Amino acid sequence: MENRHLYELENESIYILREVAAQFKKPVLLFSGGKDSIVMARLAQKAFYPSKIPFSFMHIDTGHNFPETIEFRDKLMKELGVDLIVRYVQDSINENKVQEETGKYASRNALQTVTLLDAIEEFSFDVCLGGARRDEEKSRAKERIFSVRDDFGQWDYKKQRPEPFQELNGKIQFGENVRAFPISNWTEEDIWTYILQEGLELPSVYFAHKRKLVKRDGALIAHSDYLNIVDTDEIVEGLVRFRTVGDMTCTAAFLSEADTVKKVLHENMASKHSERGARIDDKRSESALEDRKKGGYF
Amino acid sequence: MELVRISTAGSVDDGKSTLIGRLLFDNNALTKEQEELIDQKTREKGADDLELSVITDGLVAEREQGITIDVAHIYFSTDTHKFIIADSPGHVEYTRNMVTGASTAETSIILIDSRKGLLEQSFRHFYISHLLRMEKVIFCVNKMDLVDYDEDRFIEIAVQIKEMVSKIGDDIDFDIVPISSLKGDNVVHKSGQMSWYGGKTLNELLHLNKSKINLNKAKYEQSFRFDVQQVYHTHREGFQDFRGFAGRVKSGTLSVGDKIITLPSKKESTVKEIRRFTDQLNTANAGDSVIISLTDEIDISRGSLIAKLNEQPEELKEFDATLVWMDDNSARVGSKLILKAGATESLLKIQKINYSVDTSNLEKDENASTIELNDIVSTNLKLSKPVYLDNYEDNKRNGVFILIDPQTNSTVAVGFKS
Repeated sequence: MENRHLYELENESIYILREVAAQFKKPVLLFSGGKDSIVMARLAQKAFYPSKIPFSFMHIDTGHNFPETIEFRDKLMKELGVDLIVRYVQDSINENKVQEETGKYASRNALQTVTLLDAIEEFSFDVCLGGARRDEEKSRAKERIFSVRDDFGQWDYKKQRPEPFQELNGKIQFGENVRAFPISNWTEEDIWTYILQEGLELPSVYFAHKRKLVKRDGALIAHSDYLNIVDTDEIVEGLVRFRTVGDMTCTAAFLSEADTVKKVLHENMASKHSERGARIDDKRSESALEDRKKGGYF
Repeated sequence: MELVRISTAGSVDDGKSTLIGRLLFDNNALTKEQEELIDQKTREKGADDLELSVITDGLVAEREQGITIDVAHIYFSTDTHKFIIADSPGHVEYTRNMVTGASTAETSIILIDSRKGLLEQSFRHFYISHLLRMEKVIFCVNKMDLVDYDEDRFIEIAVQIKEMVSKIGDDIDFDIVPISSLKGDNVVHKSGQMSWYGGKTLNELLHLNKSKINLNKAKYEQSFRFDVQQVYHTHREGFQDFRGFAGRVKSGTLSVGDKIITLPSKKESTVKEIRRFTDQLNTANAGDSVIISLTDEIDISRGSLIAKLNEQPEELKEFDATLVWMDDNSARVGSKLILKAGATESLLKIQKINYSVDTSNLEKDENASTIELNDIVSTNLKLSKPVYLDNYEDNKRNGVFILIDPQTNSTVAVGFKS
């Protein structure tokens, strides 16, 4: 078997998904419409077939998503037959629970945390399934498969439960909840190889397309109404694709002609750049993601 | 591509992070961002050699203290293999992390400083590798550049290692390699400084997949063990009254038509179908996540074990096990905990502490009355309801369990049935 390692990873992920469904009362799968959550959806389908996926999906919508991703998300939910819950960062802003960032680098990425924690409380979810991978970032590399969070959603690396032999302990006190990461051991290359192998569809922004862009600090950002454009920004047009798909305001585009999964996979691997390099909000400081995680960020 | 899982252990200054950095650097497996970071830190420090260790320092606290606290996972691939490294700290305070890191790996790399030779920690690292029955242990005698690449010094340490191995247990496959992570000798590239060493480089040893093939073969040849994670019922089209048992094969193989027994209900039946998503399989092998359905309607729920009729595990209500204690709260005779092995759970009482082991001198303390963080103890355990474990030595996947403290819900120990 050519992709023997993917088969092993898939077995592991299915085991984790089934443990989540068995150990918790009310799981939810956090779905962003990005490639990792699309792979998660596929794995859930495989884990529970011929039964239905036994939990809802939830999207914390910053309101700054690529319209292509939202369109794709709704289509996929219909195909899978799962319920999608959407909660909006805009509502949290309107309720004065969070303050919109201002200035050139304003982003709603960090604001999602509040909306997420409120939604967890609203629906009494005891576990949130996420598509985070350990190869993404150095503080993620230390994340457990079951990560226990307190009432405030906070992550304390000192209180992480050891998971010898992948024995997963999901016992929690009232008010606590768990973030579960079934694709912890997958790399970006594994994700793309799996998308190719399974013939999965992706939002069009992952492939080369013509787009109006803003050139800032040497990076290309999608032109949109959400971006605070300043004098030093240059507006250009180019053939680009996105390697990670977060908010339009904080995801950088690459000049590329890769218009198929195969070409994208090849180009990514040849580039040797990491995908988080395209996340502008991670570049704020050396521990940007770790700081956000401690505060309850996914 | 072959998936290879490795764990690394070393003491604070053994240069473990540098070794991992070197392995990735010389395999051309670093990202551009990591290469830039190394460049930047090397310049900041004004060092002659590359600051390769920076890529494994994850948490703020670790960067501040310049040490590794928690298990980190590092991923890289070469043309033929994909590697997952579980990098754990070496200090005694972090024994639990080392056990955790090593538990999902087949190969363990133990680092030894050539200037210092074997330390207390080296004994502990090998003791744990042996306790976990790693498929292969690679001793890297590091910092050879600091002893002038001296062959005699290497031989001296190799002799110490062999003595240790024969004391703790020589039923384990091991290699000894002289390296310098800092200078890059015998990590990926063969050293030009140690022509006296005719053996393989670390990288070559990691690429030998013979042990992996043997390992898989051994797993398939073991008795079939299957934990039921969940029961699926459905009436969807094409699946009238479907009832299947979802789980992951712990060991052995199962084929359609095989006669099975379910435990603890002790009902016999025959395998009707094995499914994996839309595929119908003839056989399921160790590691496969599948759904099994049977010819008879029998009562099975989460936590049931399916075994072949002629290879049943023993029913246990009391047994001996080695525990590695992982929690700040200590335990004593009479402590009540929850045993969890896969989907099986049972209440448990520590009935007796047979002895605790001091891994630095292998002495057994038969008067131990409490079990503290990072202790390794032999115990006798009593259960409220039977479990069906094998001896860890015979069957890794079905010989291991964790203990959970019902007061705090923490995972407090990992246990190996002896």
